[in-house]
Amino acid sequence: METGFRMEFDTVPGCEGFARVTAAAFAARINPTVEELEELKTAVSEAVTNCMIHGYEGKIGIVRMEVHILGRTVTVVISDSGRGIENVEKALQACYTTKPELERSGMGFTFMQLFMDHVEVKSSPADGTTVTMVRRFEDHPEELKPRGKG
Amino acid sequence: MLDNSNRQDMVVYEKDGDVLYIRLPVEFDHFASRNMKVETEALVTAAEIRNVVFDFTRTEFMDSTGIGILMGRYKYMKYIGGNVYVWHVGPHIRRMLDVSGISKLITELEG
Repeated sequence: METGFRMEFDTVPGCEGFARVTAAAFAARINPTVEELEELKTAVSEAVTNCMIHGYEGKIGIVRMEVHILGRTVTVVISDSGRGIENVEKALQACYTTKPELERSGMGFTFMQLFMDHVEVKSSPADGTTVTMVRRFEDHPEELKPRGKG
Repeated sequence: MLDNSNRQDMVVYEKDGDVLYIRLPVEFDHFASRNMKVETEALVTAAEIRNVVFDFTRTEFMDSTGIGILMGRYKYMKYIGGNVYVWHVGPHIRRMLDVSGISKLITELEG
């Protein structure tokens, strides 16, 4: 059975921490490993930080986050109504950043792709940016055992 | 005096000779590092620092913001003829340092 939640929050300082902890708390219901949770948190943090720094360029805007769980697969959708990405192909390249003066590394999308199985980016100046990320957590050996009495 | 040395969300700076230890917070993200560039450069200049050590002992989380900060400090210290090191890096963060190429530039201290 699929289960999920959706929320909206303002891009106030520190909201990236709130978003990643919330996503991780929800994903914890299917017992990922500590490492898998850390990876999910990093991916969420990257996407939300992008909304703050690039989408809204430091101004306050609204970010929407949806997290869905189906089996052992977690899907996270993070979107803003900001300025959009002019060239998505370029933005996805490692070390490419439009904000070197803010000491951005250009590794945000690279880490999302490293830590999630699938990352999709849709962006336009009119609609902002939506990032969809999918990660399947490994099965635990103990969960594969049939559950019997005693 | 306000003592922030036990605050888990604060960056703590410690000087030992020409070495500046930067004790990174539990969560090393955009929010935690918002003042680090200005603070580090002011300390390096005022205290004649030649070596900067990023201490990850407390750090459980990092994202690409941390990579940008490390790269920035690396370039700055190289520019003034100094060095940058990382210390007590956990496996998740080490993977990010490896993927970003930082591991090839910045030496990890042992012990």
